[in-house]
Amino acid sequence: MRVNFTVNGRPQEADDVWEGESLLYVLRERMGLPGSKNACEQGECGSCTVRLDGVPVCSCLVAAGQAEGREIVTVEGLADYSKHRDGAHPGTGCSSSGCGTSLDAAKRWQSKPTDGRSGEAGDLSPIQQAFIDAGAVQCGFCTPGLLVAADELLEQNDSPSDADIREALSGNLCRCTGYEKILDAVRLAAARQEETV
Amino acid sequence: MGVTGSPTNIKQGSKTKGGIGESTLRPDGTLKVTGEFAYSSDMWHEDMLWGFTLRSTTAHAEIKSIDISEALATSGVYSVLTYDDLPTEVKNYGLEIQDTPVLAHGKVRHHGEPVALVAADHPETARRAAAKIKIEYVELPVITDEASATGPDALLIHEGRDDHHIGHVPHPNIVHRQPIFRGDADEAAKRADVIVTGDYYFGMQDQAFLGPESGLAVPTEDGGVDLYVATQWLHSDLRQIAPVLGLPEEKVRMTLSGVGGAFGGREDLSMQIHACLLALRTGKPVKIVYNRFESFFGHVHRHPAKLHYEHGATKDGKLTHMKCRIVLDGGAYASASPAVVGNASSLAVGPYVIEDVDIEALALYTNNPPCGAMRGFGAVQACFAYEAQMDKLAAKLDMDPVEFRQLNAMEQGTLLPTGQACDSPAPVAELLRLVKSRPLPPEQQWLSAGEDADVRALPGGLSNTTHGEGVVRGVGYAVGLKNVGFSEGFDDYSTARVRMEIINGEPVATVHTAMAEVGQGGVTVHAQIVRTELGVNQVTIHPADTQVGSAGSTSASRQTYMTGGAVKNTAEAVREKVLEIGRAKLGTYHPAWATAELLLEGGKVVTDGGEVLADLVDVLEDEAVDLELEWRHRPTVAFDLVTGQGDGHVQYSFAAHRAVVEVDTELGLVKVIELAVAQDVGKALNPLSVVGQIQGGTTQGLGVAVMEEIIVDPKTAKVRNPSFTDYLIPTILDTPTIPVDVLELADEHAPYGLRGIGEAPTLSSTPAVLAAIRNATGLELNRTPIRPEHLTAT
Ligand code: FES
Ligand code: FES
Repeated sequence: MRVNFTVNGRPQEADDVWEGESLLYVLRERMGLPGSKNACEQGECGSCTVRLDGVPVCSCLVAAGQAEGREIVTVEGLADYSKHRDGAHPGTGCSSSGCGTSLDAAKRWQSKPTDGRSGEAGDLSPIQQAFIDAGAVQCGFCTPGLLVAADELLEQNDSPSDADIREALSGNLCRCTGYEKILDAVRLAAARQEETV
Repeated sequence: MGVTGSPTNIKQGSKTKGGIGESTLRPDGTLKVTGEFAYSSDMWHEDMLWGFTLRSTTAHAEIKSIDISEALATSGVYSVLTYDDLPTEVKNYGLEIQDTPVLAHGKVRHHGEPVALVAADHPETARRAAAKIKIEYVELPVITDEASATGPDALLIHEGRDDHHIGHVPHPNIVHRQPIFRGDADEAAKRADVIVTGDYYFGMQDQAFLGPESGLAVPTEDGGVDLYVATQWLHSDLRQIAPVLGLPEEKVRMTLSGVGGAFGGREDLSMQIHACLLALRTGKPVKIVYNRFESFFGHVHRHPAKLHYEHGATKDGKLTHMKCRIVLDGGAYASASPAVVGNASSLAVGPYVIEDVDIEALALYTNNPPCGAMRGFGAVQACFAYEAQMDKLAAKLDMDPVEFRQLNAMEQGTLLPTGQACDSPAPVAELLRLVKSRPLPPEQQWLSAGEDADVRALPGGLSNTTHGEGVVRGVGYAVGLKNVGFSEGFDDYSTARVRMEIINGEPVATVHTAMAEVGQGGVTVHAQIVRTELGVNQVTIHPADTQVGSAGSTSASRQTYMTGGAVKNTAEAVREKVLEIGRAKLGTYHPAWATAELLLEGGKVVTDGGEVLADLVDVLEDEAVDLELEWRHRPTVAFDLVTGQGDGHVQYSFAAHRAVVEVDTELGLVKVIELAVAQDVGKALNPLSVVGQIQGGTTQGLGVAVMEEIIVDPKTAKVRNPSFTDYLIPTILDTPTIPVDVLELADEHAPYGLRGIGEAPTLSSTPAVLAAIRNATGLELNRTPIRPEHLTAT
């Protein structure tokens, strides 16, 4: 079947989609957007969290067909999305060829010489920058899902308590960090957000 | 030339930023938060196929026949492989003992063993085709414990074993056995005023890394294969893969792709050979990605263990002796079991002074899932038991459990049961003091004045199961001892290549190693080391691959010590080379070139007094200095197979925990309120990552205390809970605040004085939580994980 939807602000079309394919599979394998992660594909870990018409969902549990005609934001579009949060046009994101990791890109990968701020600083959303600064990223496999969930929390609640943060992120597993630094990161992003308003 | 010509115009040099001791940020951080970082499951190649593994549905059976015809006829299927298709005589692999079949032949020995492979144009096609493969099994009785493994009529899991352990094990279903005798435990027991014994059980834990086993194999024009994969040790994989494929190692080129956690679970091969076989057979790139269900079958787990301990003490609280027997269930294949036995036995006594010990540790072959490496590696199970024993002794002597431990704590110079002296700081008593002296978190945090109870702070949390009526608090302590690095005479080395050159008018250093970055932060630390040693700001970390010498495994808390050590050592050699060039070119400009200790700082050559002699740009011009060197730690020896004596370990690391828990005694639910930890790290090269590692390790210990266990049916040896629905790992709601105290007592034998840190916090976290639950409930509790029925006695 064919599915039409908007991903990170850009209309997309996926052809020959199998009935059983998940939104996660279509994003990762057909759209070239592997940022959303495939850790359990059972709705248990939150690594695949994306926003579907603004609502965070486990994309592994959404059948691709259910996304027909809807708006999706993945971690790849998060910076744009948060920038345009109050505007009418969330994000312009990646084209299917501009993002994702081809083998060539993966081969060419080199960690950049400077401390994690190698992207132009303005390219990251506050929550992305806070995750780097607080040391909340280790292996980073949980990170995309956590970022999407945490960004939505901060959108709803600009000064969440620790209990609020824990509640909002309780659907996202992380095996590396012990969560303490993830809490730090969300607190940091909230504090920076407050400074700028 | 910007060279200073005479002593009068010498300037002061400036320190290079971002060196060791600073909390610099991850070089891969931006890629990881934008979703651009390429994990092994993200690899993609035009025209690639998807591989799938068919696994046994039974734990122990002879294979009568395999019929692949229907699978092969499925449209979209390119290849179906079984044992018969393996290209060479080498059909097994293994870390130490080559007992693991690439694909089952003759029989299957555990539930989920790989039997056949399918390559197809869509993952679902491959899965459906695999389901059409017909296998005829003749079931065999399952061996699941010590009695069935070593009983008189026990079937042999591996007939005709010929590995080097078979000569000294009492039964062929025992992989390896290590006794340790020191002093005379029976004689010393006579001096004891109190003796306590205990039987403990440690459940089978899973590494549960989030990034599934996955990778991409691409056939190459020279008949070889390029493999992009997540692993802990590229060269160990290569050594096992190439012979099975019948290729020389140069024709199997491995590149590390992004690793989503490891914790020991990627030490053994999983899909590596399978993907290569399918790629070579089909001539197309093949990607394999395990789903979570398969991941539980695709890697080894932590050995479940039965432990029997006896300790004695005098009435003034001095330990007299210790006897113990540790039986580890290694499952169907050896994996790292021999080394786990070595660790469990040599660390069985823990961080205490006990001169008279009688220790036995062994690992069984059974039809349970294979067990091998996991964070803490054999020391975890022992720590759980000896720490419970310490509490029992303290209670019997009516002493404070922390004071009792401090009274018996080992220190620098203490002899371990192997007779090896601990020749670096061993601040056991101090670590306990640190966690104990922290203020306790306030009681009954769920109550805030005048409001309803905040159920989120209660055991059971949001399920709103209680408002605090039956909730009691407990506090517990534990401390542990872990070795760092590979022990027992293993030739453990690491290789680093460091290059320095001028690019765009700036000195730039490149570090190339085969180190697996699994999330621990090695890439961050390598850049810091190079900045410190070479005084350059720009450091590029080359992707890890097999085009450079082995870095050894990212395990055993060894990678900062070993590959960090190799990077330091090689950088120092590069520095010498650069200074040589400088002397040759510019030595006549200033006498300090010949007489002073020279350093590289801030892109300049400076004297140890801080005077600038030259810019690196002028020293190197268009020359590059490029060196690749191997680096080794001091040698160790194997433990004597009869007495267990020998200087087997490289270094030790220590951590202590205090757990505060609240237990709902009506519901049998536990909430850990706080888990304070203190650890000696020797030297914190990157304090931010150090704390992150300690918190992560602590959380894995918490997990096995209260929720994590792979449940294997004792009648069928089948795994009952291979999913994140049924195998629970701690969420952010289950994990308390984890305050960390870091000590930095240098180990003079280690690079920068550092101590491996990754594993120690996993040891004592579990027994501390258990001690706190015992303290809250008064129950004995001798197993992990604790389940509600253990607390409500139902
Ligand atoms: S991958 Fe979707 S919830 Fe785990
Ligand atoms: S799972 Fe590795 S950083 Fe969260």
